[in-house]
Amino acid sequence: MAAPRASLRLVAPVWNGGTSGIRGLSRAVDPEGSPRKGRTLLRFLADRFYDVEAVREYLLQKQVLKVLQKNRFQDKEWMRPNGRGLSGELWKLREVPVEAVDASGCAINYQGLDNLLALKELQSLSLQCCPHVDDWCLSRLHQLANSLRELSLAGCPRISERGLACLHHLQNLRRLDISDLPAVSNPGLTQILVEEMLPNCEVLGADWAQGLKLGPEEQTRDTASSPIPA
Amino acid sequence: MLRRALRLGLGPGLLGRGLGTHREGSTLGKAEGSGGYRGSGVFPVSSHVTFRTRGPGPRWEDSGSLGAGAWDGKVSEIKKKIQSILPGGAWSPLCDTSHLPPEHSDVVIVGGGVLGLSVAYWLKRLEKQQGAIRVLVVERDHTYSQASTVLSVGGIRQQFSLPENIQLSLFSVEFLRNINEYLAVVDDPPLDLQFNPSGYLFLASEEGATIMENNVKVQRQEGAKVCLMSPEQLQKKFPWINTEGVALASYGLENEGWFDPWCLLQGLRRKVQSMGVLFCHGEVTRFVSSSNHMETTSGEKVTLRRIHEVHVKVDRSQEYQPVECAIVVIAAGAWSGQIAELAGIGKGPPGTLQGTRLPVEPRKRYVYLWHCPQGPGLEAPLVADPSGAYFRREGLGNNYLGGYSPTEEEEPDPGNLEVDHDFFQEKVWPHLARRVPAFETLKVRRAWAGYYDYNTFDQNGVVGPHPLVVNMYFATGFSGHGLQQAPAVGRAVAEVMLEGRFQTIDLSPFLFSRFYLGEKAQEHCII
Repeated sequence: MAAPRASLRLVAPVWNGGTSGIRGLSRAVDPEGSPRKGRTLLRFLADRFYDVEAVREYLLQKQVLKVLQKNRFQDKEWMRPNGRGLSGELWKLREVPVEAVDASGCAINYQGLDNLLALKELQSLSLQCCPHVDDWCLSRLHQLANSLRELSLAGCPRISERGLACLHHLQNLRRLDISDLPAVSNPGLTQILVEEMLPNCEVLGADWAQGLKLGPEEQTRDTASSPIPA
Repeated sequence: MLRRALRLGLGPGLLGRGLGTHREGSTLGKAEGSGGYRGSGVFPVSSHVTFRTRGPGPRWEDSGSLGAGAWDGKVSEIKKKIQSILPGGAWSPLCDTSHLPPEHSDVVIVGGGVLGLSVAYWLKRLEKQQGAIRVLVVERDHTYSQASTVLSVGGIRQQFSLPENIQLSLFSVEFLRNINEYLAVVDDPPLDLQFNPSGYLFLASEEGATIMENNVKVQRQEGAKVCLMSPEQLQKKFPWINTEGVALASYGLENEGWFDPWCLLQGLRRKVQSMGVLFCHGEVTRFVSSSNHMETTSGEKVTLRRIHEVHVKVDRSQEYQPVECAIVVIAAGAWSGQIAELAGIGKGPPGTLQGTRLPVEPRKRYVYLWHCPQGPGLEAPLVADPSGAYFRREGLGNNYLGGYSPTEEEEPDPGNLEVDHDFFQEKVWPHLARRVPAFETLKVRRAWAGYYDYNTFDQNGVVGPHPLVVNMYFATGFSGHGLQQAPAVGRAVAEVMLEGRFQTIDLSPFLFSRFYLGEKAQEHCII
């Protein structure tokens, strides 16, 4: 699984709305921020001295480039940036439509989606664990209705069932991942309703029996086994 | 300490603003003691006016790091007390006036619903200097039990025919999308509007199809994302609809849906209190004004009036407080017509500008909540039938909200908010069942009624100044779409009050003068 860090690089380095400068990048890079003493000292010094800030930027860039980026063009493999950023052959391929974008963990937001929605032949989009993708962003995805076949929204903290309701425009969708959405009030019921809404789509997500209570005779059994539907 | 003092010295406006309310040392102007006023049980956070100097001198005194914190607090308390006792302050030696509104206020907003609070918010946001304008919001029912805001279905759409309405709605939806940036209050949790971006679906019969096409063209020009659908496309997209009699449908793809109006109201209230707006739990009973006889350039005589005082009667008591004010804003919703009459608007020979009333009156509308187990699924938008019936999904449990706009003859009596259940049986259900066959079996769970602030002239809002009463502004009369336009209308009224003209959205077609000139700003249809 790709580490959920770093910005999205597509064709020319496109700055999306989420990361504003290097500070934003550092936030995107290190969401947990494990409080190591060395790191906080570095941050403290970097706030005060230009030289330390430059060193920190350099370290950050190295970290960023180490992480894999996955973007796939038509019939080509995933494009990843090498040590010098995205390779030169990307420029030659700029006429080729983009088929798949992996934006997991990116701090992409409502305005930043402009960049993705311009890709009219996009077939697979992964927005896993994006912290700023919310119901409003989902309402914009209808522009990709003609081509989008695969969508993953797993782990996005701001998406609720109200945003999932506007996915019904995506009639070509064949795979939808809505697992682990903490803001959805009733995951099992939402799963059923989304499956009814998109009949041709395979919906991965909550176990639909989740949230059902065990009947009195099952309560003595091991709760690890899935409860029998009512 | 050095760092903070340096920052205070360097920041010309930004940091200075934030610290403005706490700096007693540089207060030159009149200030009201915060102990002198208590309204609706809520204590205002910062209720005094500070006139700051821009020099670095006073800032150094009050860097806040001098002396112990406790002494600082005591000094400011003492200063507040002294200022409230001095002439002009709110303290009265003879009796306890803490339950009364203040004696002076720059702007009095009659009505504390979403429109009144929106005007208050934008006034405080657009004022040139922080704390420059004292705003008082007078609301007679702090439980909002009859207010249109909270009884509303909560929809927002851009599918109007007037470009002004579309622009108002577009800005409002952008406001709602970024509500936690606009209405952020320190240390308070962010707002969750529970917005459902499911869109509005308008159905048109043969006669209405051309009008709908023209409307959609205007909407697209203004930037709304709407798509037109033929009956076949409609059937494919929403198989639960019966497309009999439908010639064309327009469907909002983005920025349309419904949300929780109570959350917006509370968010505005909280933010507006933190910005220093005073709330008063009372009713406006009288306006005291003076007249000025003047002549226009063409020699016609006009009587210009100016309101000097608003008498606010305290709830459940005969006590009232005359509030001296500079500007009055009427945002009283369904009761704006009554308030305007109190102010003497419409008292004159009919057919003249003086005799033109504010044509806003309360109209009762019912909303029913029903359960239908086989009903439309998660994708259901807010569907508006050509007959005038509408419904939307509510929650995940196959519950639906809906209603129907009665014709003029069937208008229910607006004296109370009692629900007529026969109305559903006879008027609403047949249309619903015809449009969505699954609704033939349904069970009404709850119902309530609310008022439209119905503009009998052209069913669109009244915004802006009155041509004769020079310091009165209106923000009312939206006839059912006030909630969805409130943020933008608040900004427009604040702009007119502060700058003298509309700056972002030109709402000249919605001025009061159109009632006299007879120019209707009519919308195609309302629900």
